[in-house]
Amino acid sequence: MIKALGNFIAIIKGSLLTTRHFMVNMWFHTLKLLRIKTKRKGAVTIQYPEEKREIASRHRSLHRLLKRDDGKPRCVACMLCVTVCPSECIFVEATEDPDPEIQKSPSSFIIDLSRCCFCGFCVEACPEDAIRMDTGQIEFAEYTRDRLIYDLEKLTE
Amino acid sequence: MSDWIIILIKIICALVWFLVIALYLTWVERKESAVIQDRIGANRANIWKFRVIGLFQPFADAIKMLFKEDFTPRFSRKFLHNLAPFVSFFFVAITVSAIPFGDVLRIGGREIKLQIVDFNVSLLFVMAMLSLGIYGIILAGWSSNNRYTLLGGMRGAAQLISYEVALGLSLIGLIMVYPSLKLSAIVHYQGELLWGWIPKWGVFLQPLGLLIFFFAALAETKRVPFDLPEGENEIVGFFTEYSGLKWGLFMFTDFMEVLIIACLLTTLFFGGWQVPWLYADGFHFPWGGQWLLPHGIVVAFQVLAFNLKVFFFCWLQVLIRWTYPRFRYDQVMDLGWKLLVPLSLINIAGTAILLSLLG
Repeated sequence: MIKALGNFIAIIKGSLLTTRHFMVNMWFHTLKLLRIKTKRKGAVTIQYPEEKREIASRHRSLHRLLKRDDGKPRCVACMLCVTVCPSECIFVEATEDPDPEIQKSPSSFIIDLSRCCFCGFCVEACPEDAIRMDTGQIEFAEYTRDRLIYDLEKLTE
Repeated sequence: MSDWIIILIKIICALVWFLVIALYLTWVERKESAVIQDRIGANRANIWKFRVIGLFQPFADAIKMLFKEDFTPRFSRKFLHNLAPFVSFFFVAITVSAIPFGDVLRIGGREIKLQIVDFNVSLLFVMAMLSLGIYGIILAGWSSNNRYTLLGGMRGAAQLISYEVALGLSLIGLIMVYPSLKLSAIVHYQGELLWGWIPKWGVFLQPLGLLIFFFAALAETKRVPFDLPEGENEIVGFFTEYSGLKWGLFMFTDFMEVLIIACLLTTLFFGGWQVPWLYADGFHFPWGGQWLLPHGIVVAFQVLAFNLKVFFFCWLQVLIRWTYPRFRYDQVMDLGWKLLVPLSLINIAGTAILLSLLG
């Protein structure tokens, strides 16, 4: 009998909880409709395409290749990123650079984004600080796979 | 001749009211659950970039369901399979004919009752039609010729029939207090006052009856705390083999049942269209004040009061659906046969003793 009464009280408490949520959220929605500004919002939803959540500064987003002052890529084709890449999605071909200080430069630098797992190891491995993942771009979905293969031109943009 | 036209207009108005409110209950369900769970809810459906807090969502849903494939399995019994959703829809939709929306409206020397038909046994009629709705479920479960749908249909039949008992018994106390089976007469009795100031509503005279009726009626709508016929996470339920608009009809029937239960709760226990202390010529307050109103405004007040009460109970039922987890099958049967039926018998006995003592 006492147990049944306890259950009944628990049931009532449950409905009071949802009622409280409803009333409080409804109050803030109504205030918003009346264009009264409040600190709190009626819902925690971020309505994605219109509003975007702020990306953290250390977030690993789309790669980019940095350039020297004369516009050539900073990469020296040392192959460290190719070696460290766990999903084997970086393909670099080296050529000789006229500048004896640099010696090597990439003739092609391809990242297959459809395989990339965004671990950031290439950024860690790079001795020249030539590749970074700080573009803040996270929307690069495509309809076909071959459009996800980014070459040197696309990466230095 | 003009009587027929009036009846036709009443039927069209009541059905449009009923179907539109039931359609928008789907919107209320989405939005209310969202607000309860700190979300926003469906708000993307638009007409020419015009969103209006998602009010076009029910129409978008309907259009989507119209264009879905209407699939009838090869192994089903075609005729019964097609008949089932219409049976369950029809028997709920027809109950609206007995619901009183207001008192009489006088236009041009003619008295129009704001009720489609006002017959003597309207309460029995509503109960009977609500029970006949079970046939839709059993037919759907059986004719789909699938084990899971059969299980769902059988569960539905068992649950609805057991709660039908408690539902019927809980109303007997009410019929003893208001000696009539006519819904309009029951509402009229509730216009009187108790001790000169409390309106004589069913909630004050039959609180236990109200509780039992509400629980049993929730089970009748077969929505979440009692959704054994559907049982989304175990047997998927009696409409597994339905798709497109026929499935939509089953879903819509659920919402219509919510609405009709709200109408019945209002009519039987919360005074129907009665506003406290409002009489045919205006307000007469128990502390002696008076506020006389013309006939049209009184009728408008009554219809508005009925609608507000119905909306409140729809809101309450959606809240309950989004608060509680579902019962297990044996718990449902326990609650029905071991708690609600004995309680309703106690309610009948208690009411009888009190009535005979008070004379």
